[in-house]
Amino acid sequence: MTTADAATTGSAARAIETAERTLDLVRARAAGAEAEVTVRQGTEALTRFATSFIHQNVASDVNHVLIRVALDGRSAATSIDGPADDEALGRAIDNVLEAARVRPADPGWPGLASRSEPPEVDHFDEATANATPDERARRVRAFVDAAGGLETAGFCSTTTVQLAFANSAGQRLTGRGTAAEIDGIARTPTADGSSRRVSVRLDELDGRAVGERAAGKARTASKPTDLAPGRYEVVLEADCVANILSFLLVAGFNGKAVEEGRSFARLGEAQFDRSISLRDDVTDPGTLGVPFDIEGTPKRPLDLVRDGVTSGLLHTRRTARAAGVESTGHAVEGGGAWGALGANLVFGAGQKTTEELIAGVVRGVLVTDFWYTRILDPRTQVVTGLTRNGVWLIEDGRVVRPVTNLRFTQSFLDALGPDAVRGISAERALVLAGWDSIYLVPSLHLASWNFTGGAKG
Amino acid sequence: MEDIATQAVEAALAAGAAYADARVMEIRTEAMSARNGVVEGLDRAERAGVGVRALIGSSWGFFAVPDVGSRAARRAGEQAAAVARASNLVAGKALGLVPEAPTTGHWESERLEDPWAVGLAEKGDQLEGVTRTMLEHGADLAEASHRIWDTRKWFVSSEGTRVDQHIVECGAAMSATAVGDNETQRRSYPGIRGQYGTRGWELVREIDLPGNAARIAAEARALLTADVCPSLDATDLILGGEQMALQIHESVGHATELDRILGWEAAFAGTSWLELPKLGSLRFGSELMNITADATLPGSLGSFGYDDEGTPAHPVDIVKDGIWVGALSGRDSAALAGIARSGGAVRADGFDRIPMVRMTNVGLVPGSDSLASMIAATDDGIHMDTNRSWSIDDKRLNFQFGCEIGWEIKGGKRGRLLKNPTYTGISPRFWGALDMLGGPDEWTFWGTPNCGKGQPQQIGHTGHPAVPARFRGIRVGVRG
Repeated sequence: MTTADAATTGSAARAIETAERTLDLVRARAAGAEAEVTVRQGTEALTRFATSFIHQNVASDVNHVLIRVALDGRSAATSIDGPADDEALGRAIDNVLEAARVRPADPGWPGLASRSEPPEVDHFDEATANATPDERARRVRAFVDAAGGLETAGFCSTTTVQLAFANSAGQRLTGRGTAAEIDGIARTPTADGSSRRVSVRLDELDGRAVGERAAGKARTASKPTDLAPGRYEVVLEADCVANILSFLLVAGFNGKAVEEGRSFARLGEAQFDRSISLRDDVTDPGTLGVPFDIEGTPKRPLDLVRDGVTSGLLHTRRTARAAGVESTGHAVEGGGAWGALGANLVFGAGQKTTEELIAGVVRGVLVTDFWYTRILDPRTQVVTGLTRNGVWLIEDGRVVRPVTNLRFTQSFLDALGPDAVRGISAERALVLAGWDSIYLVPSLHLASWNFTGGAKG
Repeated sequence: MEDIATQAVEAALAAGAAYADARVMEIRTEAMSARNGVVEGLDRAERAGVGVRALIGSSWGFFAVPDVGSRAARRAGEQAAAVARASNLVAGKALGLVPEAPTTGHWESERLEDPWAVGLAEKGDQLEGVTRTMLEHGADLAEASHRIWDTRKWFVSSEGTRVDQHIVECGAAMSATAVGDNETQRRSYPGIRGQYGTRGWELVREIDLPGNAARIAAEARALLTADVCPSLDATDLILGGEQMALQIHESVGHATELDRILGWEAAFAGTSWLELPKLGSLRFGSELMNITADATLPGSLGSFGYDDEGTPAHPVDIVKDGIWVGALSGRDSAALAGIARSGGAVRADGFDRIPMVRMTNVGLVPGSDSLASMIAATDDGIHMDTNRSWSIDDKRLNFQFGCEIGWEIKGGKRGRLLKNPTYTGISPRFWGALDMLGGPDEWTFWGTPNCGKGQPQQIGHTGHPAVPARFRGIRVGVRG
């Protein structure tokens, strides 16, 4: 259900009605204004547990209206969270029109998205949209029980989004989506182990299975010993891979970063190992989200890396105008200073199991999660961070012992560069880093990773 | 609005809550940004709603609605209790609250110039002007921005506390980026995130963006051809005040949050290397190290009159003469830890988020030296300033921080420019190496407007009084 034509009943109809009504209120005040309206409605609920019991259990209704207007190319935006009656909307519109009138001119204003149809996508599950606190608590109960007495912590969440977009250029869109996630750790006195699962459907989250995996990791990671810093082969599990991709996206494939000379990306060059293919594809059945962005631009499947060759960039309307291309539909609310961000990244699957990746390592490190990664330079993609939630030494294809957490300082670009990838798993995991950052990623065996310090400095 | 909050609390109690509180909030914001001489972003927002917290047994239930009407408030109260009750399926020991005398009152942040009264044209002209200046003096990319937050909130608890606050925060930032063959160098002013406080537009005028634009652009350009910071296992390190604010935030502020120490944040933000039995005796740093958490400091970004549990703001000693003596706490965490009174450090970033332990103004008490005296007293070392990257482990123990700019120090004089300076350490060892501390003249209340914590994640505003400082024998120049 992706277009206004397909929108029939319920929340989608209410959302598009609010968007249309807001446009009418803008027209009544400034007939010549360009205007676009996004309405986001839904619920967010998260059941959080620590020291093996639920300590914070939260839920909220969402009713968000984003209005952007432009008067002779002078644009301003406003949003309201609260009652969207005519009085509140009218006050917000008066405010944003006044701001647009007095602000300096903006020669880079790209105008509004014209009418076009997005791909058919409906990553939505009615049962998840109606999930109760009891249903989330039952999954937490199963996670805690599966840990077999280890201390546990984490959360189970459900999110429902109904989106409607309308602009004065005639574009009308609706979309909807659900997301359910369970994410937790189990803890021994000397180690933590993590596991998580994301799906459109809460029914697909098996708290017991996720808890067992976290507990298994914690037990096998216990009593770690130090490993000397240095360069090692690594097997990085899915969450580490998603973390790497987040930096490549924001500081690399982002059209704004390219325009400003801050990006490594050079179209047509073999900047990655030839085994790597990356797509942005909201139509993939394994992902989540809606098929258009905050500017009303449809998201069509887009190759970013094809067989190791950089082949595409993400754009908003502003960055696309500067580059002389079309927007790819990657504008997010409040993201103007960052550029093109919103993505449904799909990393092409390999053919090995994670166990087979490990079997291919001569001497290396198996890493569950990264933690607190920060970029030192966007051009070289040198990033520092730490390992977390389970790290092991691999020798001659076998996991031989757990090791204490390590700090790394590593170019993510070099780590995925030509001849740097030795294996990609067939199994992929969905990693959710916010509603606009969704990654379907495998585990990777990489030839070299620069660990620059141990837990003791 | 107080009546609306009262109705929400009454509904939660009627639905079975042992304790309940409610916050009605109205938040108004403005953000303007310019790039390369053009204002590209002007975003305003208004948010209004009520959030209700209900305690049943071992769990808080929280429910929020984007509405400030009576019916919505009562529904939020009922739902908060229902959500808390669902937690009984995975229950722990009943949660207690340390006592806090019921209070009533009103608090407003001080401001000399209303930021809403300053015209958008003037604001835009300033941002466009400084970005043009930076372009003219060596920047390839010049960015500048300002932000305003205007928050009114009404708090009511089932114990009889009724307080309301009006907090206005604002500030500005700018940066110049120079692009080289295979690198970028950036200089920011006043700091990586700018400078913000619970003040009016006078803060933006005081930091004087126009007077510093040319300098930072020239520095960014010069860094492209500067030598790389050497890799040394141990050297004397002098940090500027802005980087010290980051050092305090990451390695002291987060480490002393009581919810982390108790394991409540273990799965996401992490825990702490600090253990409660050592409170009052553990050596955190040298005797020069005195850290307080003080929400009463005028104008600092972490200042308020009451926290989001209604506890009046009050100063709390965190580290005294190098010994760990206090924690950032709320009423529930203090009760569990056996601390007599809440530290008044519980806040939420909006009506739709549950309050949690946050830093207030966590900062250093100044010493008696100065940046100039530190340089003069250093025979062989490196001076670094302005944060560029920050990474620290989940126990807040092992850190690696990078700065935008560095200078070699030889024979008591600042020498050649150094790029990509980084340093790394283990927190108590690092703070134990502190041997010189800037004085009151260099004491600045740095504001951090982007502290992430919690699930769902919340963005907190924190303050960090800081001065320049010298540390002996620090590893620098870690590279990839």
